[in-house]
Amino acid sequence: MIIPMLKGLALTLRRFFSKPITTQYPEEKIPPGQRWRGVQYFEKDERGKTKCVACGLCMVVCPSQCISIETAEDEEGRRYPLCYELDATRCIFCGFCEEACPVGAIFMGKTCEWVDVQRGPFILDTEKLLEQKKYNP
Amino acid sequence: MQLLYLLIEIIIKCVVVFGCLMLSVAYLTLMERKFLGHIQIRFGPNRCGPYGLLQPFSDAVKAFFKEDLIPGRADKGLFVIAPMISIVTAIGIFAVIPFGDQFTIPGTNWVVKLRVADVDIGLLYIFGLASLGEYGIILGGSSSGNKYGLTGSLRAAAQMISYEAALGLSVIGVIILSQTLRLTEIVNHQGGGFWNWNIWYQPVAFILYLICGVAELNRTPFDMPEAESELACGFNIEYSSMKFALFFMAEYAHMVTVAAVAVTLFLGGWQSPLPILGFIPGVVWFCIKVFILLFFFIWERGTFPRLRYDQIMKFGWKVLLPLAIINLLITGLVVSLK
Repeated sequence: MIIPMLKGLALTLRRFFSKPITTQYPEEKIPPGQRWRGVQYFEKDERGKTKCVACGLCMVVCPSQCISIETAEDEEGRRYPLCYELDATRCIFCGFCEEACPVGAIFMGKTCEWVDVQRGPFILDTEKLLEQKKYNP
Repeated sequence: MQLLYLLIEIIIKCVVVFGCLMLSVAYLTLMERKFLGHIQIRFGPNRCGPYGLLQPFSDAVKAFFKEDLIPGRADKGLFVIAPMISIVTAIGIFAVIPFGDQFTIPGTNWVVKLRVADVDIGLLYIFGLASLGEYGIILGGSSSGNKYGLTGSLRAAAQMISYEAALGLSVIGVIILSQTLRLTEIVNHQGGGFWNWNIWYQPVAFILYLICGVAELNRTPFDMPEAESELACGFNIEYSSMKFALFFMAEYAHMVTVAAVAVTLFLGGWQSPLPILGFIPGVVWFCIKVFILLFFFIWERGTFPRLRYDQIMKFGWKVLLPLAIINLLITGLVVSLK
């Protein structure tokens, strides 16, 4: 009975002198996993604009129907999203939009820390989605 | 004039001892949380100040500003007085602990003895007050009008009765060896190196004292009165704000006291372990020894699970008490044959 107790004491003493395995969260962060699906971002084309051609496939495939697109054509006859809105509060981060996109415009990012006090900032338009790119090198 | 000087000396000693004790109690709570954290391979509190060193003060501020709640069905008088009993007895024991030898103030012939009171029944005083301290827990639990509190205080009473006996018997061996109840003389008896310490003559008594001391402190493995998992904090369930903080401080002050008494009785008090190291003041040795014992208390808390209630009773009555009696008989036999 006494030997196991001493063994237990030895174990805790070893643990006491070993380095803590805690991650000091706000200062150090563990990167999310490879297959982690976070907030979406838009890929830019060579002109610095969005690659999106406003085909509407993401809007159709989205199970929570959080994407809405208004289509327009520019002077060269190229289709582009006049108003692309992704409601991140409704998004379930399933990644179907990324899979459905035929031109590789929308991708699932790695961002998982996103806090705000209003709903407005959670509605992502084209500019914000392009801006999200910088968090996903 | 002589009396006035004596009064000033005693007041200064009281203030210093009280201040040091309260400061060490505050930092003992931090030390416990840090050490338990490291035992569980995490950091413990490290946000408040560098390395979390200001944590005790933020805890104190929090305790002060919490709402002080007295339940409607509580016995108000006893409910208020219970934490006071706890803290007063826990601090009061420290009055007789000798934490250093005497020294003369330079330029005068005034001798300062490094203890608040040198009582010739010091050990009896300690055990009297220590068992009085349990009344704080018992009254606090039973007066709060809560069934968990009542269960906790019942357990505290049963545990006190079972372990106080073995605690007292384990110490009698030391009294037989040093033939006195005065703590100063017990410490002087152990002078001249660590081979003279009572722990070598009374090893069983030392271990019994530590086990019973932990049981007296109501700490894990013997924390039946406040078993979190089944009694939801037991005797102090209805206490909030500073009343809870008083119970908390009393527990830690009691912890320091049990360690200090163990050091005095078994580990040579302020005496240095080697005569060569005598130039280091006795207070330092005393603090080092107390710290080692406090570390042990935290260490064993981080290691052992809580015993079941019947196991505690069985262990107290069927193992510790017979061991204490056998130890006492053998000590008496050896001393009388010498």
